[in-house]
Amino acid sequence: MAVIVTERTRLVVQGITGREGSFHALRNRDYGTDVVAGVTPGKGGQDVGGVPVFDTVAEAVTERGANTAMVFVPPRFAADAIYEAVDAGIETIVCITEGIPAHEMLRIYNYIRPRGVTLLGPNCPGALSPGIANVGIIPAQVFAKGRIGLVSRSGTLTYQIGKELADSELGNSTIVGIGGDPVVGSSFIDVLERFEADPDTDLVVMVGEIGGDEEEKAGAFISEHMQTPVVAYIAGFQAPPGKTMGHAGAIISGSSGTAHGKKEALEARGIRVGSSPTEAARLAVEAVGAG
Amino acid sequence: MDLYEYQGKQLFARFGIPVSDGVLAATPQEARQAAEQLGGPVVVKAQVLVGGRGKAGGIKLAGSPAEAEAHAGSILGMDIRGHAVRKVWIEQASDIAREYYFSITFDRGAKQALLMLTTEGGVDIEQVAADTPEKLARLHVDPLAGFQPFHARRLSFGAGIPAEEQKQVAQIMEKAYRAFVETDAMLVEINPLIVTPDGIVRALDAKYTVDDNALFRHPDIAAMRDVEAADPQEQMARERGVNYVKLDGDIGILGNGAGLVMSTLDVVALAGGRPANFLDVGGGAQADEIVTAMEVLLSDDKVRAVLFNVFGGITRCDEVAKGVLAALERLRVDVPLVVRLDGTNDIEGRQLLADAAPPNVHVEKTMLDAAARVVELSGKAA
Repeated sequence: MAVIVTERTRLVVQGITGREGSFHALRNRDYGTDVVAGVTPGKGGQDVGGVPVFDTVAEAVTERGANTAMVFVPPRFAADAIYEAVDAGIETIVCITEGIPAHEMLRIYNYIRPRGVTLLGPNCPGALSPGIANVGIIPAQVFAKGRIGLVSRSGTLTYQIGKELADSELGNSTIVGIGGDPVVGSSFIDVLERFEADPDTDLVVMVGEIGGDEEEKAGAFISEHMQTPVVAYIAGFQAPPGKTMGHAGAIISGSSGTAHGKKEALEARGIRVGSSPTEAARLAVEAVGAG
Repeated sequence: MDLYEYQGKQLFARFGIPVSDGVLAATPQEARQAAEQLGGPVVVKAQVLVGGRGKAGGIKLAGSPAEAEAHAGSILGMDIRGHAVRKVWIEQASDIAREYYFSITFDRGAKQALLMLTTEGGVDIEQVAADTPEKLARLHVDPLAGFQPFHARRLSFGAGIPAEEQKQVAQIMEKAYRAFVETDAMLVEINPLIVTPDGIVRALDAKYTVDDNALFRHPDIAAMRDVEAADPQEQMARERGVNYVKLDGDIGILGNGAGLVMSTLDVVALAGGRPANFLDVGGGAQADEIVTAMEVLLSDDKVRAVLFNVFGGITRCDEVAKGVLAALERLRVDVPLVVRLDGTNDIEGRQLLADAAPPNVHVEKTMLDAAARVVELSGKAA
């Protein structure tokens, strides 16, 4: 069944005529994703590799039945693009854009939550349900189809773990990148909830990093609300406080948001945390074998 | 981006938050002139981006311009918790009857701004929160509703602000909230927020942090960055658009993707090594970017060995291998380089490196092997 990106996904790509937008839109389509439309204001009527381009998201929804939007526009226009997608009735928005101001995201978050819209990202690689659909920039060739859910704040680190799972002949139901910004549309808990409800997911690997307290909150959620086992990995033990480690959200503030704190909080809830991506993959293999 | 006290106060003044008059000085002579210009007793305050200035002797009261000059002479050049003092802020001294505390933080967990007010100011706020939490009024503000008068009432009554000061405090909170939103701040902190004996409420200090991702729409604030105070490698990285954080070890590390690089630091530390830096070359890095990244990384002369950890997704490992070879051609690399390539086209990438067989380059397939190798090589080089 998979989560977030499924057989039902009908994708509109906002910013489809840009270099990155067109490259990934066509790559997603070639994978089998139903890419039904693109949007670039002023370029309505054109097409990108056969994908019709519209001036507005609303047209893409009415004309082509789009229900999922991928945002590939520069940071200063991305908030507008997200609001436009919500306004057009899009159910799921995947925002790849990196560098959106945190205050914009604060407003967007509080705007979309009561409306029931799902937002992944920003600053995320998207979501891939192997064999079904790919929305975003995740390299599908690294992952195999299978029954492990993967949710992460990071891109390449997730690919690394996915590859190690594939080397052990384990595949994924869905790989979900929630993004590396301080405020993202979907938290670990939001995604864990979906994996818990997914009959095709037997285990979840959660990949966290320094900054914020979403891993700690997820730990409480896992122990109180999940039957599906979860193993974890946390990056950033060597990160000094007060420094942004690449991702805008990867920053230790004072004594909060450390990798040690997260690891301890998860282990206190009985969740196993690998010391390296390799060990996290091994824990997943063990847990699946034991189950 | 963190601002100095005087820069924070400039922003406060712009939004109408009352602050004392002051002048910036970089030499004792300038401090003297500033004191003469301001008149009366002044306070000489070290400008550093770290807390604990007062305890370190970085804040001194001066009764005369001569005394201001002498204090500036002792404070300038001082090292406060690793930060050299290069500028002092000379400010009119204030008579203080009471010290309060007010802050607005970007509460990423709650996805709202968090406002905190207490009459227990002038001290470490975490201590107040731990010892006397009942004295700390806390309130979240929904970003879509914005700051409303009731927020001010709840905070003031909650903190026990005397009735005659509530109006001033409410105005300061409202203006600070406006500054917080309009300047894309992650933190606005006034500690202490003083009350003078004649009942005037004023910001005596300013702690101000602005979101780096929003600097594109605040060129005036972006220009406040003190490039001289930055670590030389970090400054070089910023100028060249390289995502770099200096650490204090001797193993240079670069990779693609922030999470993977953080993980690489951890794995190297687990193998017994000490990372010299964090460096993310980003996705789809081409030869030029790899050369620039290597230049920044190698400008740290503590680096004894380098680990380049790449997981190819969209990025193809054969392209990365070509980049590494170009970097080796164009740069003088005296330290051993361990290259780990995995993922898309990894076999082709490793083959390219094997065929070129540059000296002092070691190719590994897994992260753990690469970490062990670079730690071993850094030990030999030492």
